[in-house]
Amino acid sequence: MPKVVTREPMSVLERSFVPEIIRGLSTTIKHFFHAASGQNYHEKQHLWFLNKGNVTYNYPEDVRTYPKRYRGQHRLMLREDGNVRCVACMCCSTICPANCIHITAAESDDPSVEKYPASFVIDELRCIFCGFCVEACPCDAIRMDTGLHVQPFLDRNNAYYGRDLLMELGELSVAIQGGDKS
Amino acid sequence: MLADTVIILVKILVILLGIALTAGALLTFVERKQSAWIQNRVGPNRANIFGHIRGDKFKDSIKLGGLLHLAADGLKMLLKEDIIPKGANRVLHTAAPAIVLFPVLVGFAIIPWADHWCAGGLTLLVNHRDVCLSESHNLFSIADLDVGFLFVFAIASLSVYGGAIAGWSSNNKFSFFGGLRASSQMVSYEVPMGLSVLGIVMIFGTLNLNEIVRAQGDLLFGVLPAWGIFVQPLGFIIFLTAMIAENKRAPFDCPEGESEIVSGYMTEYSGLKFGILQLSEFIAVIFIASIVSVLFLGGWQVPYLYGDGFHMPHSAFFPLFALLFFVVGGYLIAVGVRREQMLQKIAGGLLVVLGLVYAVMSTTQANGVQHLPYEGVVLLRLGTMFAKVIFMVWLQLMIRWTVPRFRYDQIMQLGWKIMLPAALVNLLITAIILIPLFS
Ligand code: SF4
Ligand code: SF4
Repeated sequence: MPKVVTREPMSVLERSFVPEIIRGLSTTIKHFFHAASGQNYHEKQHLWFLNKGNVTYNYPEDVRTYPKRYRGQHRLMLREDGNVRCVACMCCSTICPANCIHITAAESDDPSVEKYPASFVIDELRCIFCGFCVEACPCDAIRMDTGLHVQPFLDRNNAYYGRDLLMELGELSVAIQGGDKS
Repeated sequence: MLADTVIILVKILVILLGIALTAGALLTFVERKQSAWIQNRVGPNRANIFGHIRGDKFKDSIKLGGLLHLAADGLKMLLKEDIIPKGANRVLHTAAPAIVLFPVLVGFAIIPWADHWCAGGLTLLVNHRDVCLSESHNLFSIADLDVGFLFVFAIASLSVYGGAIAGWSSNNKFSFFGGLRASSQMVSYEVPMGLSVLGIVMIFGTLNLNEIVRAQGDLLFGVLPAWGIFVQPLGFIIFLTAMIAENKRAPFDCPEGESEIVSGYMTEYSGLKFGILQLSEFIAVIFIASIVSVLFLGGWQVPYLYGDGFHMPHSAFFPLFALLFFVVGGYLIAVGVRREQMLQKIAGGLLVVLGLVYAVMSTTQANGVQHLPYEGVVLLRLGTMFAKVIFMVWLQLMIRWTVPRFRYDQIMQLGWKIMLPAALVNLLITAIILIPLFS
């Protein structure tokens, strides 16, 4: 049984196109004036009628404000004496689903610290920014709270971020090593 | 004699270079920006200069709100390779863009941008027509032809030859189709276009465009200005549609329908020749806007403004009007009728301003007459003409970005089966109404 499609014949007014075109024009004109009145929808404008318009960010000039917990480029946190906080426990490189953290552990000179990372390399091109490394770390040594994009690379070798580069953005962390045991 | 020649040359330079070419080039940018706004986009704003000199590359560069795209586009057109395809007719292929551009430029010759400049004093007749007491100079149109009306249509229909020649000489099937479609569209829209404006000629009884504009200063029933759009509303719609169809822009852009025939008769053009083809389309938009303003929107006429100032026909009601506008505008601003806030608040603001104007006028006017110096009147008229042209250009771009393209058979049907009979009926009704008035 073929399906019968009934088509509504157009009325005389519709066939003359004029009212329909005017209807369409009213829609486009509305959009025109909204977009013409304010460049950016997201910024709260001072005048009430400017709070409409397009939603595009003019990227290099207006940068979107990221949420507080945005996962950006990694950084390694520091101890009070400026050394790296990481104890080379390998938790992060173990949990990393992209297998992109490569750590070589070495014995530390400091008697209160067992190991430290002689090399700590993150392949930022492989990283999927899942944040697992931050969660796995027992001593708040790695964070992703820089709010930075990882920049595009022309050479793949530049994408390997070494320990010292990661420490450049690092700050003092006063979290108790290994968590609060009391 | 020499002075006259110089004046004519200056007029040609100002009108062609200043209005036609500059504004036409500007329109290429305006159209991109306007279409962007209609579609909630930002539109072109990236072209920039001097970034390297002033420091941070992009942020400190000069962008002029995107206006530099004009320069970038122009430069691109100039520097691109000019290709003449194999097997094309070199002479005609090269001549076609010029044949397209020439008529649209020549059309501007008879547009009156304001009334003739009256050197001495002028008097006002009972019917508000002003008569110049001394010599009057034609300063605001290149030529004041008595058959200007016919000239417009003779010239307007010439430009299709350029399209047809471009299509034929390119040695390309798509171009050929484009040219064919352009000519057939021209043939079917020329007829209703001519018939739709005959009503204007019948009513105003002259073929001189400036005289037609003068006649539109009369008042209907003592209040409504006798603009073409009020005496010939159907004629206005048909004429505007037919003019847009003549110009081959959407919704009538079959001759260059990108989705079917690449770019129609422009397919084989590159570089500056392509630029000229595009530019002449935009200049034609301005030409259409000005001829529609002249014939249907009262040209340089400002409602109730005559040679010596405003003559308001309803001065006794001014305080009443002011009150009315205040109440309605205030209501719109404070309360509003619909959820769509912005437009109605602007409208309300405009109404309040209008009310304010009326309130001021009700105290300054004497018998509804507000005298103005002649120079002020001329400036107001010139400004009004430009405002009307800008509005019509805006409206055309709006229509172009609102309505999708008609199918080819729909275009033919609309032209022959709807617009032609409608234009004839319009003519008949106009004649029936006019006969008792003249006999
Ligand atoms: S964010 Fe995820 S993928 Fe990237 S380094 Fe950390 S664990 Fe690996
Ligand atoms: S989990 Fe933390 S302490 Fe362990 S290796 Fe990674 S960064 Fe270093």
